Amino acid sequence: MSEVRIGVFVCHCGSNIGGWLDVPEVAEYARSLPNVVFAQDNLYTCSEAGLSQIKNGIKEHNLNRVIVASCTPRTHEPLFKRVCQESGLNPSLFEFVNIREQCSWVHMQQREAATQKAKDLIRAGAAKASLLEPQEDIYVDVEPRALIIGGGIAGLTTALTIANVGFDVKLVEKEKELGGLLRHLYKLYPSNEEAAAVITPRIEAVRNHPRIEVFNDSTVRDVRGFVGNYDVIIASDGKEETIKTGVIIVATGAEELKPQGLYSYDGQKVITQMELEQLLADGNVSATKVAMILCAGARIPERTYCSRTCCMTAIKNAVLIKKQSPEAQVYILYRDLQTYGTEYEEYLRMSKEMGIRYIKYSLSNPPTVSDGGVKVYHELLGRELNLETDLVVLATPLVPHSDAKELAKKLKVPLEQNKFFLEAHVKLRPLDFATDGIYLCGCASWPTDVEQTIAQALGAASRALIPLTKGQVKVEPIVSSVDQDKCIGCGICEYLCPYKAIAVFPTDKGDRASTIVASCKGCGVCSSHCPMMAITMQNFNDDQITAQIAALAAV
Amino acid sequence: MSEFEPSILCFACNWCSYAAADIAGTSRIHYPPNVRLLRVMCSGMVDAEYVMKALEAGFDGVMVAGCHIGDCHYISGNIKAQEMVTRLKKLLHILGLEDERLMLKWIATSEGPIFAETIKEYVEQLKKLGPSPFRKELVT
Repeated sequence: MSEVRIGVFVCHCGSNIGGWLDVPEVAEYARSLPNVVFAQDNLYTCSEAGLSQIKNGIKEHNLNRVIVASCTPRTHEPLFKRVCQESGLNPSLFEFVNIREQCSWVHMQQREAATQKAKDLIRAGAAKASLLEPQEDIYVDVEPRALIIGGGIAGLTTALTIANVGFDVKLVEKEKELGGLLRHLYKLYPSNEEAAAVITPRIEAVRNHPRIEVFNDSTVRDVRGFVGNYDVIIASDGKEETIKTGVIIVATGAEELKPQGLYSYDGQKVITQMELEQLLADGNVSATKVAMILCAGARIPERTYCSRTCCMTAIKNAVLIKKQSPEAQVYILYRDLQTYGTEYEEYLRMSKEMGIRYIKYSLSNPPTVSDGGVKVYHELLGRELNLETDLVVLATPLVPHSDAKELAKKLKVPLEQNKFFLEAHVKLRPLDFATDGIYLCGCASWPTDVEQTIAQALGAASRALIPLTKGQVKVEPIVSSVDQDKCIGCGICEYLCPYKAIAVFPTDKGDRASTIVASCKGCGVCSSHCPMMAITMQNFNDDQITAQIAALAAV
Repeated sequence: MSEFEPSILCFACNWCSYAAADIAGTSRIHYPPNVRLLRVMCSGMVDAEYVMKALEAGFDGVMVAGCHIGDCHYISGNIKAQEMVTRLKKLLHILGLEDERLMLKWIATSEGPIFAETIKEYVEQLKKLGPSPFRKELVT
């Protein structure tokens, strides 16, 4: 191996590091370490100026290893690795040392100890860097197929979008019919077009699409694999089928909360908005004195979130009742009204002009429902009202399906505190899961109306189309490799590997283990359990870690 | 003689415990500077040999920190780590080392305060226990 030439860049991070430990002294110390040929301190290593200092350092000092001692690899490693790559250095030859989160920010009152700790960590970083080896990027082929879980408006939209680009789509729906929640709705706000007019053509298009196969009455039994190569086992009619797919989209939607025990709910005189939609669709609403209670079971301590769709749904249904029988009295009892944007706010104004009455109540003093009437304390009038009613409609929130947790576990993706699916990043990656190759859209992530759901579905489809159209995905080169001369073929690694990514195969030398690179996620369980020390984790191998331990101990 | 300051090596998994240490940092939660973190991808990656090497090198305490059971980024690596630590603890006495020299701790990403608290407590515990017999100044 050619001479190791390490460059160390110690960051002040403004005063975040420099204010609490002696950065120039740390850089000076780094210069004295074995194999370190260059060290300097930068005000902000991650700034344009700092990055070009790294590039210059690599060029001028012929560096073949780079260490940045600054913040955390969890946020900044990709940036510095990219700079190495741009300078012609294999990104695996980069090592990160964290002296901000682990030194300056947690030992603020102990300048000397923090400085010493930074030196120790850099010494260990240099020990590891000396042993780093260049790794080739690993690419795996992508199975040209998408599997979509959920056949509501979200799932149908993603299915059609992806299939129209030319990829096969498998659509898994747990119910007998496609269509999801929209099958149970009458008209949609703000355009008042019939839900059936939106959903039926899409169902037809999906049913007749040559590239889409629909699995009705089916559930996901198990999921194995990784981006580009998932194996999804579908259970339908007691039969199981394994589908190979490159990407998975979660479009499982949500369901209306059934308000058992709330406001005397009985499904007859006290019903939910969705039950009202059905009555409206059938032309069966004869009530002329209607009270709608918003936030029924929502924005309360055990369910703190706003379901976003219920205010507009209630207003829309109130308008429909009013249109059907203009003499009807319709009251909307609300805590706050969520009618954002231009169209929804306009709709609210129109509903008021039609004579729909709005009554503000508070969580601490909610309305009470009795036979033939609703008693409510009007927060703005400051007095109690007795409303005569022949129908009470509860606007209940959308809640996650009870089987969401089970599905999340199979997909190895997280749920948030309310048990909706949790995206990778609320702002930057709202339609991705943290797990590569799995995406989400629609009410599976939080309550959305049809317009937002379709926007998300189109977005998720285009996210999923990236690996599909590229045909290949890059995976982290942190994988295991087996020294065939040391391996005795005992199979402990095969037994332990959670990804079935290492297996014993017959060879000329006898049975030998071998890594299935595309499946390996790099956990290192095989290497730490190999009795022959035959398995090496790239970038985390025995020699590197042992060198770090020795360097950290050498005080 | 100044008070004995124990040295701790902490193997921290990339996904939970290392991230928890980051949170302790961003939240400016102070803890004793006696610990050195060594980042691994998974607690299941920590070879028993690494722990032995660290103890042999004179660290007063070695900590293996991973995700809570059920939360492992690699499904079950932390269970393997738990088994390794349980096995190894049974052997420590052969070297004349106390059980407390090796610690296993689950710390989730969000648990920055718990990370800091754990280090604080472990330092106190090791102070009571005294220096490792493998400390360089004692060995030579």
